[in-house]
Amino acid sequence: MIETRGLTKLFKDKKRGEIRAVDGVSFICKPGQIYGLLGANGAGKTTTLRMLATILEPSDGTATVCGHDVVEAPQKVRANVGFLSTATALYPRLTSQEMVEYFGRLNGLPEAELKKRVDEIFTRLDMNSFRDRRCDKLSTGMKQKTSIARTLIHDPQVMIFDEPTLGLDIMTARTILEFIRECRQRGKTVIFSTHVMSEVEKLCDVIGIIQSGKLLAEGSLAALREQYKEQDLEEIFVKVVAPHYKPEEAA
Amino acid sequence: MPLQNIGTVYRKELTDSLRDRRTLISTLLVPLLLFPILSVGFAALAVTLEKKAKEEIPKVMLLGGADSPGALEALRASKKIEVVPATPDWKDKIINKEIRAAVAIPDGFEASLAQQNPQTVEIYKYEGELKSSISADTVEKELKDYRDNVIEARLDANHVPSSILIPFRIKQDNVAPPEKVGGAELGGIIGYMVILLCLTGGMYPAMDLTAGEKERGTMETILSSPISRLDLVLGKFFLVLTASLVTAALSVVSMGVSFWGMKQLKALDVSKNPDAAGMQLHIGFTAVLSVFLMALPLAVLFSAGLITISLFAKSYKEAQSYVSPLMVLVIIPAVAAMLPGVELTAKLALIPILNVSLLCKELVTGTYHWNFIALIFLSTCVYAAAALFLAVKMFQREDVLFRS
Repeated sequence: MIETRGLTKLFKDKKRGEIRAVDGVSFICKPGQIYGLLGANGAGKTTTLRMLATILEPSDGTATVCGHDVVEAPQKVRANVGFLSTATALYPRLTSQEMVEYFGRLNGLPEAELKKRVDEIFTRLDMNSFRDRRCDKLSTGMKQKTSIARTLIHDPQVMIFDEPTLGLDIMTARTILEFIRECRQRGKTVIFSTHVMSEVEKLCDVIGIIQSGKLLAEGSLAALREQYKEQDLEEIFVKVVAPHYKPEEAA
Repeated sequence: MPLQNIGTVYRKELTDSLRDRRTLISTLLVPLLLFPILSVGFAALAVTLEKKAKEEIPKVMLLGGADSPGALEALRASKKIEVVPATPDWKDKIINKEIRAAVAIPDGFEASLAQQNPQTVEIYKYEGELKSSISADTVEKELKDYRDNVIEARLDANHVPSSILIPFRIKQDNVAPPEKVGGAELGGIIGYMVILLCLTGGMYPAMDLTAGEKERGTMETILSSPISRLDLVLGKFFLVLTASLVTAALSVVSMGVSFWGMKQLKALDVSKNPDAAGMQLHIGFTAVLSVFLMALPLAVLFSAGLITISLFAKSYKEAQSYVSPLMVLVIIPAVAAMLPGVELTAKLALIPILNVSLLCKELVTGTYHWNFIALIFLSTCVYAAAALFLAVKMFQREDVLFRS
């Protein structure tokens, strides 16, 4: 379970002064649900998710993950979270297995359990053929699988995906989307950011539309269609975002 | 648990670094090769070149002196110079290195000698050119021998013994034990090299573990794991420290081997040239160990400093441009300690790097000023702790970790 209340993040920029990257965002994301955070570039998606993963500290507001406050107990939060983004790369000089084991150890798994988990995940994701290959020698698909294995090793209750399919080919992107669906089936709490409408339509139980750091609309796809009298999600998105869109924010 | 986490990060970084060619070169290869190349290589090269320059029989022109056949004959008879016929362009020939020197014998030189009127014989050379200078010295020595013969003849003619010119003799003798002699000659260099290699050894791992991690996009990956940032930075710090100390240790070992090599070289020389016996090097194991122990807190200071600086950079390349000036900052005090006459004082003992460098100079000569040793060790520990604290603080700053 993820719960945020008035979550805010301010950045200081020499040229632009104070920037409210995330501005009073509140939402709830329940277990067995996929929450889709939909927004343009620079809308505040990554900053929100980074705060939930305790990589950044909120300037104001609160957020709890599995009942742990992101400011008070960041390590407990991270122990319950699997975080995957295009910015979470692999160590090029470690092998696929070493990479996954490293994160298992950082999550405090005892060696015997770690070995069992690694074998299980590598078999499930069909990774045994490249488990001893260095990450810099892996194909994009193999890299993504290793990243998935890395986020799964400690069996977290909450999965956070920040634009996980960005820059990936269709086949690799499909693997990721299937994996996200599987997380829901296993009863995990999933939050997922993207600007690809089709992914949101296919996957998300709840959609939150974010722009200029503010959560402007929220609801199921059906509810949003009903509210904005539009069938196409892209049209809904434009209706919601257009009045608030500032091109200079798109980074 | 924190110790286990630090250990986990350390082991991973060690595996990672051992697979990084740049780190391997700077940590292992450079210290192993630097000393043998610098000491044995250069020493052997310098000896060979100097020997070659001395062995060459220089061509010298005699200018004038037609009315002084005795003087001309004395120079021509010398086996150490080759007299070539004089030409008007003798200056150009010296500059073009066709001849090494020219000697101008004034008109009526011998006639003036007979009348006991002092004359000046001029030697022309190419200032700063090694072979020309050596030739000028050879010519001067030949002329001095000729002058001594003239003096002796004059004293004989007046029935005065030649000992009248030397009422007493002067002799310099060394009382310092051989290790102190060797240490005084090389102490400065040893401290300097150990300090510099402590820095260079930690440099590449520090950049790779911070700026490199940002550049490769693994910083966000590791920050999303439950490990605390303190444990993470400490794990990284201990790896950089290990690299720095391994480099320092290898440099000390390689230094020992090099000195042994130099001794062998000198020993070879001694058989041919007994004068070289006094130049043998003696540096004890205790001295080398002391230098290494004093380098310990300095390695901590460097490792923490390197992590702090390179963490600020966005990329490996940017980190390199930040760290390069640091090299200069370290070299200046280390070199200053090598200057003759710069001795350890209470004030200098508080200046980081310079203090350890000066102390190393004393340690290799077998001098142990315990009050200075304690002061330097403690002050360096304080600086090191401050640098480590700064590194930890930097690792907790979002604007540094996610600088864009």
